[in-house]
Amino acid sequence: MTAFRMPSLGADMDEGTLTEWLKQPGDNLKRGDIIAVVETQKGAIEIEVFHDGVLETIHVKTGTRVPVGQVLATIRTAKEPESIQAVVPQPAPKPPVIIPEAPGLKVTPAARIRARERGVDIQSISPGQDGIIGLKELEGLSQPAQSRSGHGINLDEMRKAIAAAMARSKREIPHYYVGSIIDMTAMVEWLATENARRAVADRILAAVPIIKACALGLKQVPELNGHFLNDHLMRIAEVKLGIGIAMRGGGLIAPALSIPDTLSLAQTMQQLSDLVARVRGGRLRSSELTNATATLSNLGDGSADMVLPVIYPPQVAIIGVGQIEDRPWVVNGALAVRKLATFTVAGDHRANDGRSAARFLRYLAEIFQKPETL
Amino acid sequence: MNQDQITELVKRTLYEVAPDLATEPLDPKARFSVQFEFDSMDFLKFVTGLHMATGLALPEKDYPHLASLELAVKYLAEKLPA
Repeated sequence: MTAFRMPSLGADMDEGTLTEWLKQPGDNLKRGDIIAVVETQKGAIEIEVFHDGVLETIHVKTGTRVPVGQVLATIRTAKEPESIQAVVPQPAPKPPVIIPEAPGLKVTPAARIRARERGVDIQSISPGQDGIIGLKELEGLSQPAQSRSGHGINLDEMRKAIAAAMARSKREIPHYYVGSIIDMTAMVEWLATENARRAVADRILAAVPIIKACALGLKQVPELNGHFLNDHLMRIAEVKLGIGIAMRGGGLIAPALSIPDTLSLAQTMQQLSDLVARVRGGRLRSSELTNATATLSNLGDGSADMVLPVIYPPQVAIIGVGQIEDRPWVVNGALAVRKLATFTVAGDHRANDGRSAARFLRYLAEIFQKPETL
Repeated sequence: MNQDQITELVKRTLYEVAPDLATEPLDPKARFSVQFEFDSMDFLKFVTGLHMATGLALPEKDYPHLASLELAVKYLAEKLPA
């Protein structure tokens, strides 16, 4: 028997609300199957299992708010269970968060659940004529003004999640920053020729060769790729590159794109497109939120020239890319107009040094001169 | 297609790409990237949607002509038979 616990979905999340069981007792489970859906600060997340086996018992009803580490279900494993701790580090279960309410406030249980789902502070609602806050009183409320992203993501909650992760990063990680201006002309021209040949739906965004180049670079400089756990850098052989994806209306999520170093540009484009669609409107998987071995923050067209990004713990490096712009540049001793972008690496000085980041940037500068090899 | 039909088509495509924008006010002159924080992926999906609906090739070099509602309607009106 194995206890299936509420996984941690990143440094910034300590609880979630179980909204749906997709498997029932008696169902067969395969590693990677989606067993449940949990509503979090990052929207609805599909929770995957890490064992083969049979779902024995469900311990948590839908609608329940669950702290990370709490047992959700019991799984009868087919063979010797592999410890879930090896996959996702489990902090000790925390007591459920109890929000104190004003004395004498009468709230129906259904209204309490609905308020929690919506991230509404129950004390901000005026009771009905009978002095009780019920679903009717909640219905009158419009969604919070900031929740423009829709899709059930509460952007206030997401801001809290970002604040928690980034405050921890700045508190614990001694960041260093290294940057280079890289000539992207060859890459941009090659991609334009390539896209002119392609149907609209098959065109490749400039972000895609950047993702692939970064993944290849992380293979070359493995001390930038991994997690800092128990005072040690744990290098990770596979590259799972977190991609910073902005939400409309504010906030961002950086889910992992798996092994882009081994994929063609067309495959990477497809994966990226799928990932963005699921960030914006659908569901991410739990593994995508916890697996990233390094992160890419690509500002894109019409944004800004440079970013000094903040590492997402427990990762040890984050790559920042500014917009690609026409700028003066020296080529063979003469001034020329070239398409330039500023690449930065923020590294965790406990795990690696600026020299590693510089080696990574030199690799990128070279590979962007031979875009056809990507 | 007349001007109104093209405007409808562009709006419909926009809301297919970003259903969350359907209730937002739409400034015909403002670039999607500015008023809706469209990134390159949103824009590509928008262009793909227009391509599916019209059959036009919409090469990358013409992307700047599709950057706002007003620009897109003008561009498509020139390309599509009335």
